[in-house]
Amino acid sequence: MQRHTARRRYNRDILIASAVYGASLILGSFWFRDHPGNAGVLAYAAALVPGLSIVAIFGVIGRYLVEEGDEYLRMLRIRQALIASAAALGLSTVWGFLENYGLAPHLAVFWVAVIWFAGFAAGALVNCVIERR
Amino acid sequence: MENHLKRLRAEHGWSQADLGERLGVSRQSVIAIETGRYDPSLPLAFRIAEVFDLAIEDVFVRPSKGE
Repeated sequence: MQRHTARRRYNRDILIASAVYGASLILGSFWFRDHPGNAGVLAYAAALVPGLSIVAIFGVIGRYLVEEGDEYLRMLRIRQALIASAAALGLSTVWGFLENYGLAPHLAVFWVAVIWFAGFAAGALVNCVIERR
Repeated sequence: MENHLKRLRAEHGWSQADLGERLGVSRQSVIAIETGRYDPSLPLAFRIAEVFDLAIEDVFVRPSKGE
């Protein structure tokens, strides 16, 4: 069934990238606990892998949008991604101004991706609500 | 966009999944088009008309016309 191939590949690759992310996050935190202050090649590798696995997830989503042959399902995923992008950009911009004027604590930039994924989940919810109308 | 998909499908004795199979789209897509929640692209609209061996305007109601 060719029309299911894109979805199957999407599910498989999201699982793989998420597993790499989870594992690298745990292993990395242990490694940095045992090697405080280390800035060698291994330190960079341990710090980069979690971020790169998140980049891989964005890549998987992008490839799915290109490969999905069912235009309605593609539209649903695009709407989900737009909601996620609006949430991530909107909240990080507002937070940035608050932070700039000393009204909010500093937030590490990787939280933008976390907000994006929360927005992606919210987008799935919006799709469900619209589908049930 | 209003359409006659549900009636045409019933006349052919096809389920939503059957029609989806014929069109190469999901049942979810068929439901969305059938209920007017999603307007298909022109290529898909033509494919739908071809599946029923009809002209596109026999399946979809022209928006300016209504019914």
